[in-house]
Amino acid sequence: MALLSYTIRRILMLIPVLFGMSIVVFSIIHAIPGDPALTILGERASAKAVEELREALGLNQPWYLQYFHYLKDILTGNLGVSLHTKVPISQEIGPYLAATAELTVFSMLFAIIIGVNAGIISAWKQNSWFDYIAMLVALIGVSMPIFWLGLMEQWLFAQELKWLPSVGRDSTRDPVMAITHFYIIDTIIAGKWDQLRDVIDHLILPSIALGTIPMAIIARITRSSMLEVMRSDYIRTARAKGLGQFFVIYKHALKNALIPVLTVIGLQTGLLLGGAVLTETIFGWPGIGRYIYTAIGNRDYPVIQSGILVIATIFVLINLLVDLLYAYVDPRIKYR
Amino acid sequence: MKKRMLTAAFAGLLALSMALAGCGGGQETQQSANNQQSQQPAPAAEPAQTGPKQLIVGRGGDSVGLDPITVTDGESFKVTENIFDTLVSYEEDNTNVVPGLAEKWEVSPDGLTYTFTLRQGVKFHDGTDFNAEAVKFNFDRWMDKNNPLHNKEGFEYYNDMFGGYKGDETHVIKSVDVVDPYTVKFTLNRPLAPFLQNLGMSCFAIASPTALKEMGPEKFNEHPVGTGPFKFVEWKRNDTITLEKNPDYWQKGYPKLDKLVFKVIPENTARLTALTSGEIDLMDGLNPDDAQTVKDNKDLQLILRPSMNIGFVGFNVEKKPLDNPKVREALAYAINKPAIVESFFAGLGQPAVNPLPPSIWGYNSDIKDREFNLDKAKELLKEAGYPNGFKIKFWAMPVPRPYMPDGVKIAEAIQQDFKKIGVDAEIVTMEWATYLDKTKKGEQEIFLLGWTGDNGDPDNFLATLLDKNNIGGNNRTRWANEEAHKLLMQAQSATSKEEREKLYKQVQEIIFKDVPMVPLAHSTPALAAKANVINYKPHPKGSESLEKVDIQQ
Repeated sequence: MALLSYTIRRILMLIPVLFGMSIVVFSIIHAIPGDPALTILGERASAKAVEELREALGLNQPWYLQYFHYLKDILTGNLGVSLHTKVPISQEIGPYLAATAELTVFSMLFAIIIGVNAGIISAWKQNSWFDYIAMLVALIGVSMPIFWLGLMEQWLFAQELKWLPSVGRDSTRDPVMAITHFYIIDTIIAGKWDQLRDVIDHLILPSIALGTIPMAIIARITRSSMLEVMRSDYIRTARAKGLGQFFVIYKHALKNALIPVLTVIGLQTGLLLGGAVLTETIFGWPGIGRYIYTAIGNRDYPVIQSGILVIATIFVLINLLVDLLYAYVDPRIKYR
Repeated sequence: MKKRMLTAAFAGLLALSMALAGCGGGQETQQSANNQQSQQPAPAAEPAQTGPKQLIVGRGGDSVGLDPITVTDGESFKVTENIFDTLVSYEEDNTNVVPGLAEKWEVSPDGLTYTFTLRQGVKFHDGTDFNAEAVKFNFDRWMDKNNPLHNKEGFEYYNDMFGGYKGDETHVIKSVDVVDPYTVKFTLNRPLAPFLQNLGMSCFAIASPTALKEMGPEKFNEHPVGTGPFKFVEWKRNDTITLEKNPDYWQKGYPKLDKLVFKVIPENTARLTALTSGEIDLMDGLNPDDAQTVKDNKDLQLILRPSMNIGFVGFNVEKKPLDNPKVREALAYAINKPAIVESFFAGLGQPAVNPLPPSIWGYNSDIKDREFNLDKAKELLKEAGYPNGFKIKFWAMPVPRPYMPDGVKIAEAIQQDFKKIGVDAEIVTMEWATYLDKTKKGEQEIFLLGWTGDNGDPDNFLATLLDKNNIGGNNRTRWANEEAHKLLMQAQSATSKEEREKLYKQVQEIIFKDVPMVPLAHSTPALAAKANVINYKPHPKGSESLEKVDIQQ
C-alpha cells in the first residue's frame, strides 16, 4: 500500500518536472542570437521569405502566446513538422527511437554484465592483480573518447581483421524489412536467421563503443559499494554461519550493494539515449541522437525542440522506474 | 572453495567474451573468401557474383525530399537525378545543354517562344505515358499558386529561376501549351537568356501526373515516380534509399546496374573505412587528407569532381581605402593563392582567376592571373598614397563551406602576407546568420565568401555576385560598375549563346582590371570508389545520373 501511494506521489511529482522541461525546450529558439527565421533560411533568403517564415513559426506573436500554443500542441501529441523534411515529427521519430533503443539496450547489457561482474570480483579480490588491472581498465574506460574508440574499433575489426561490419544497422546488400523498426524483433518475425546474426554483428562494435564508459562507471561503483557492504555485520554473520563465499557475495552482499549501482544504471541508460550522438555518427546509426544533431546543422528548430523533449521525457521515466525498483531490490526502504 | 568460485566467475566472463567474439569469428572465414573475389562482405550477398549488380553509394547526409521541385539540397538531387529526367540535360563534364526528354527545340528570333519536340515511347515508372500533357501538367503545378498540387511554401528554385509565379510582374513563363501529343510550346513574357540552361536543372524534372494526383504532393515526396533510369523502392530515413533498375528506360542498354543504394554514413573517416572493408562501393565527401591513402590503395580509385564554385576575398568598394582600385590591386598581389590551395584545400582545388569556374561556358581563359608579388604590391600602395600601409578589418566566415574549408585560418594566412606590405588586418568573425546579414548590408571592409552555381549559367555567377542590381543582395562588394552592368544586362536578354559568351568574357576582363574581389579557389570535391566501379563521371553541378556506371566482375 505504501508502495502504491509512493508510486502515485512519485508520478505526480513528474508534472512540475515535465512542465519545467517544456519551458526550457521552448526557450531554445529564443536563446539563439539573431533572428531565428534568418538563421534558418541562411545566405540566400529574401526578405519576403524571412517574413513568411516568421509568420509560419509564430515568431511575431508575444512569447507567452507562443508558449501557450506550444504547450497545447505537445499535449495533443503534435510535435510539430520538420522544417527540413516537411514531415510531421511524430511520424518521423519512431524509427529513430527504435534504432537508438536497440543500441542502448545492447550497450547497457554489455556495460552491466561486464561492469557488475568486474566490480564484484575486484571487491572480492581487493588489492589483487585482478583488482588493479580491472580498475585501471575502468579508469581508461571512463576517460576514453568515444570518437577515438569507435574509429579504432572500425579500423581494427572491420578494416584490418574484417570480422565485423563497421557501419549501419544491417547489411546494405541484404537489408532488413522494417516492421517494428527493432531489427532484432523484425528479423525474428520474418524468421530470417542469417539476417538476425547480421543485425547482431552490426550491434557489437557500436555497443562496445557506447557501453564502455557506463561499463567502467558501473564497475567502479559496484566495487566500492561491494567493499562497503562486505564489511558490514550481517555479512560477517553469514560467513560465520559457514556459507560459501560465492553464496555470500552473490546472494547476500550483492542485493544491498546493487542500490547505488541501480541508480547509476538508470542515469547512464538515460544518458545513452540522448548522448549517443558520437557513436551514432561514427557508426552511421540512424538513431535519435543523430536525428537531433542533424537538425542542429539544418537549423531545424521544431525537430531540436521535440527531439530533446522526447529524450528528456524518457530520461525522467527511466529514473522513475529506477526509483520504483529500489523498493523491489531492498525491502528495507520505506516510503512515506 | 574460494578458488573454485573464482574459476566459475572467470568462466562466466570468458563465455560472454567468447559469445561476443564468436559472432564475428564465424563470419571471418566467409568474408575473407568473399573479399578476394567480389568485395561483398555480407554472407547473404554471396550470390551477387552471378546475381544482380548493385552499387552502394556512401554519403554524408540524407535526402530532404524526393520530389525534386520541393528541394534545394545536393543530397536530394543525387537521388532524384536517377529517378527523373529533365527536358534538356547537360554534357557529361560541363554545363553545355544537350537534349533530354526533349529531342530538339526551336527558339523564335525574339526569344519569346520555345517549341520542344518530345521523345516518343517514354514511360513513367507507373506505366503511364510521358507526353506534352505531362510537361504542361508539371509546369502548371509549379507556376500557379492556386494549383492544388502547388506547395504552400512555394518552390524556391522555380521562384528564383523564372522570376516568381504566375501573376507576378517579373514572372517569365506566360504559358505552356500542348501543340500535339509530342510537341509543347513555351511562351515567355520576356526573353530569358538562360532559359534552356535553367530547364536542365535537376529540380525541373518531369514527374508522373497520375502518380502526383493519386498520392498528393506529401506522399509523392516520399514515393517519387519519374521516367529516369532507376525506380524508387524504399527509403529508410537517415539510413538508406534503395532504387532498382528501370528495365523500360528510354536510353537503350542502360542502366547497367540492377540496384542502386544510397547509404548515409555521416563521418568521413568511417565512410572511408566502410569503403575499404567493402560495405559500400563508392563514397563522396572524402577528406582531402585521405586522398593519398586512396591513391595508395590498389583496390580503390580517386575520382575528382570538376568544380562549379568560387571562394573569394571580397572588397567592400564603398569603404576607404578600398574605394581605390590601386589599393585593391595591391592587395590582390599580396594574396598567395597557390599556397592557400595547397595548405587549406589539401591540393584538391585550383587557384581561381575569374569569379566564373572553368567548367562553365563563357569562362575567359585568356586572362592571365597576377602572380604573388609583395614588391609590386608595395609599389602600388605607394602609388595609391599609402606607402606605410593602413589598418583594416578582415571579416572571416565562421563555418566551413565547400568553397572555403576554413575561413578563419585562410584569413590568418592572408593576414600574414598583408602585414609584409604594411597592411594591418584585424580578423573579425561572428555567428553565420549575422555574418550573412551584415555583409549584405555592407558593414564589412575586406571579407571572405563564396558561391556555388545553380544552373551552370555564367549569369548565375557574374551577375549574381557583381551586378549593381544585386547590391543589398548577393553583390556584397557593392561594386556598381556601369560598363559591366550594361554588358551583363545585354547578356541577360541576348538569346544567342555565342553573343552571350562574348559579353561574359568582356565582363570578366573588367572585373579582373577593377578588382572588386580576388577569386581565391575553385574547390574540387573528392570521391573514392572501389577499383571495379567503372564509368562514374561526376558532374560539376554536384549530382549525376548513374545509368552508365557499371561494376566490372
